[in-house]
Amino acid sequence: MDFPWLTTIAAVPLVGSAAVAALPSAFAPRARHVALGVSLITFVLTVVAALQFDASAGLTGTGFQLTEQHQWIPQFGVSYALGVNGIGLVMVALSTVLVPVCVLAAWNEVQADRAKIFFGLVLVLETMMIGVFVARDVFLFYVLFEAMLIPVYFLIGTFGGAQRRYAAVKFLIYSLVGGLVMLVAVIGLYAAGPGGEHGFLTSNLTGLEFSGVGVERLLFIGFFFAFAVKAPMWPVHTWLPDAAAEAPAGVAVLLVGVLDKVGTFGMLTLCLPLFPEASKWAAPVVLALAVVSVLYGALLAIGQSDLKRLIAYTSISHFGFIVLGIFAMTSTGQTGSTLYMVNHGFSTAALFLVAGMLISRRGSQRIDDYGGLQRSTPLLAAGFLMAGLSSLALPGLSSFISEFLVLVGTFTRYPAVAVLATLGIVLAALYILLTYQKMFTGPAKEYAAGWSDLNAREAWVIAPLIAVIIFLGFYPKPVLDVINPAIERTMQTVGVTDPAPTVAGIETDGGGK
Amino acid sequence: MKAPSIDYVATAPMLIIFGVALLAVLVEAFVTRSQRFIVQVVLSTVGIASALIFIVYLGTQGKSVTTANDAVVIDGPALFLQGTILVLALLAVLTMADETSPDSTAFTAQASTTPGSPEEASASRLGLVQTEVYPLLLLSLVGMLLFPASNDLLTMFVALEVFSLPLYLLCGLARRRRLLSQEASLKYFLLGAFSSAFFLFGTAMLFGFAGSVKLSAIAAAIESGSGGTPASAVVGRDGLLLIGVAMLAVGLLFKVSAVPFQSWTPDVYQGAPTPITGFMAACTKVAAFGALLRIAYVALPGVRWDWQPAIWIVAALTMLLGSVVAIVQADIKRMLAYSSIAHAGFLLTGVLAMDQKGVSGVLFYLGAYGFTTIGAFALVTLVRSSTPEGGVGGEATHLSQWAGLGKQSPLLAGVFTLFLLAFAGIPLTSGFTGKYAVFSAALDTAPYGAALVLVGVLASAIAVFFYIRVIVLMYFSEATGDAVTVSQPGALTIVAVAVGVFATIALGVMPNLALELAQNSAVFLP
Repeated sequence: MDFPWLTTIAAVPLVGSAAVAALPSAFAPRARHVALGVSLITFVLTVVAALQFDASAGLTGTGFQLTEQHQWIPQFGVSYALGVNGIGLVMVALSTVLVPVCVLAAWNEVQADRAKIFFGLVLVLETMMIGVFVARDVFLFYVLFEAMLIPVYFLIGTFGGAQRRYAAVKFLIYSLVGGLVMLVAVIGLYAAGPGGEHGFLTSNLTGLEFSGVGVERLLFIGFFFAFAVKAPMWPVHTWLPDAAAEAPAGVAVLLVGVLDKVGTFGMLTLCLPLFPEASKWAAPVVLALAVVSVLYGALLAIGQSDLKRLIAYTSISHFGFIVLGIFAMTSTGQTGSTLYMVNHGFSTAALFLVAGMLISRRGSQRIDDYGGLQRSTPLLAAGFLMAGLSSLALPGLSSFISEFLVLVGTFTRYPAVAVLATLGIVLAALYILLTYQKMFTGPAKEYAAGWSDLNAREAWVIAPLIAVIIFLGFYPKPVLDVINPAIERTMQTVGVTDPAPTVAGIETDGGGK
Repeated sequence: MKAPSIDYVATAPMLIIFGVALLAVLVEAFVTRSQRFIVQVVLSTVGIASALIFIVYLGTQGKSVTTANDAVVIDGPALFLQGTILVLALLAVLTMADETSPDSTAFTAQASTTPGSPEEASASRLGLVQTEVYPLLLLSLVGMLLFPASNDLLTMFVALEVFSLPLYLLCGLARRRRLLSQEASLKYFLLGAFSSAFFLFGTAMLFGFAGSVKLSAIAAAIESGSGGTPASAVVGRDGLLLIGVAMLAVGLLFKVSAVPFQSWTPDVYQGAPTPITGFMAACTKVAAFGALLRIAYVALPGVRWDWQPAIWIVAALTMLLGSVVAIVQADIKRMLAYSSIAHAGFLLTGVLAMDQKGVSGVLFYLGAYGFTTIGAFALVTLVRSSTPEGGVGGEATHLSQWAGLGKQSPLLAGVFTLFLLAFAGIPLTSGFTGKYAVFSAALDTAPYGAALVLVGVLASAIAVFFYIRVIVLMYFSEATGDAVTVSQPGALTIVAVAVGVFATIALGVMPNLALELAQNSAVFLP
């Protein structure tokens, strides 16, 4: 038996969280050091595990690597089964990169006496995030999907802004309603499957013959609803702006950057392979919702006066793109979506974190309270601009490639939808550049006179993210190589092929060169 | 007529508890006042523990017999339920017995004194303790053990009375807010007497129908009547059957506090001494659901098409009403009472499944719910209001008093949060496993199972809201003006809560052993 890499990666933060909790109160401020160390160890372990991952082997066997499987609750047909394909691997990598960054970002934000709670919860959350991306058992996925809400709920409710109670409860109720609908579908799926002690393994549930078209569609809706709330898509998105605006910057990053991805990840790796026919049946409606999300999110972002709410709405727009690519049912689109999940994670993280640095200096989230910062804090301004440009998909930065792939992939099958969605890019330029203009250009303001620019810790927070954004903008091949085989498999499982190209020269890995 | 033979080994747990209960009555009479308390506590715990050991022994033997002229049946579900009741009762005794100071006890010094009278004050000054609670609890326990093990309706009725009457008394023994407590006692007694009468009337009807009160005989009569072969004995008596079933259901649904027979629950839960509330909420539910399961699966499977629609509606209403009304409660004990009503609804979905999976789901759920409940009520006893002199007052059950508790007592708030999350059915807690077990059984085999489960998850979503409200209060709100102290728990309470925490997590994370036990215990002896 091979070394259980995935269990180790998931367990290290949990152990770290226990260590944080066990710190004597005299050492409470040390919690952040422990958390940073543990999350960096987790990152290193992920890199080591990723090196064992053979991207070219993605099409053989089950498509999953680094697999582990043990009995967990045989009475329910539940196994403790882990494994990653390309999609899961990049999501795990995204999570393990963002957690240390967020720990560093929250370094001085949390009062010393409550640091143990904050960093302990963040580490527990990391365990669950990793677990949800590597679960190969639907029940295990569901358990982590739901349990994950609790640490986030406490992080928002305890450390958030003025409206934190409202935001935390709203977040929890929305997510739980989605999750409970999914629970019905999970139970129903087991009943439709082969049953037995391993009845919940995704491999046993793929390619099922459902007793009726209606059954498959209902189950699909159950899963999709939960993922749509999580992602979030219009019209079940309203919890996100509240939650993101009230959460501390580091938590908002994990919430929008990683947690919400569980929704789109679930659509791509559960909804599509488990319910192929229903997915095709629902695609037109889902695409319509996705386009609405793209445009609605962008339009509302333009109208926001609160910086963090603005970033939240831009994310709703971006999630629209991701869903678009997934349900366009082309390999280009799905590859683009997966890449988009990663890129959006980094660029939104950078935006939220720079926003957090500004907010902690100014003490306000209102965009109108800022102005002329380009002169007083040029480095912060540059960081915001880089993150913003990535977010609006400027060529040369990472999001461009994914957005381009998504649109191309959609266009080959649904030209009209792609054209509409492209408007989202125009709107993106508006919401980012207008905001930049308001906050950073113009004459220097008095209140910013004594501000320090980016300090060393903050530089360490932002620099890695910017570096990744630029690197993936020019050379996305390593990530695409990992993703592609997994997407091909998904396409096979769903039973769709790319439409014959009518325009020459589109290749899935050629976008950014 | 010769005396019925009794399998003394199989009935030993009940006999032990019965013997200990009688012994405890003698202790009241003959042991000096100063020693009574300690003697009673030791006697009860040792008695319950040894009965428990016997249950484990019988379980390993795979005992499955009917005895005492077929009046009592010891089979898988009976043993599982008896074991569960005994474990929970043991924990309940621990929370009751934790009297570090006279102020901390939950029971009145002398129940016979008028509330607010000089006699009450002097009794309390003398440091009197009403140690009768232990024999009362043990007697009640005898009834609870017999209830799910009864093989005929009359034995079941006797068991019902034996466990109910001491409970009525126990409810009236609260040390503080005694009028409320006595009101609860009276209310419980009156309504309980009504429901018992219904049960007895139903028994008479079914006797009229089948010519016997034996569960198996009733089942046989139903089979022969509806199976096409006209059995002259039962032709034309369907009216008796249906009325009898309905009346029986009234009696049982009252005990499990299902809608529309739930109205006593909040008042009684609020008025009763809190450790007794915990005991009632956990053990009564187990015993009553045990009897409900036995009647449904052994006596009445033949007429399931007649009673399932009614129970379906009752289950749906119970889940919804319990969850919705709990939202507006301002008292923690009343809130937990409505939560207990909602859980009765969830359990009923498992009963409706009418197959082995349903039984094992309900069995597991009962155990999981019981541990969490005892733990939660034990914690409620610790949160006290402060008296102006800085002493420890009565329990601070008003929700506003719980505001800011997370800061004042992080450990208590943390553990209570865990229990609330388990009640809410969040994954990785026992509540989720239980809910999954009954819902999956209901979805598979209950009539319109998918719709019922949808109602169930809807109710769960509503329920989350009020559980979360308490968490919000404890963690995200500032303390109000009311001074609240968290009294230092004694060792016994700590043990009870620790077991509750352990069970809540273990049954959520690694439930396979308990599930296997429930599954293996889920076959009724016909």
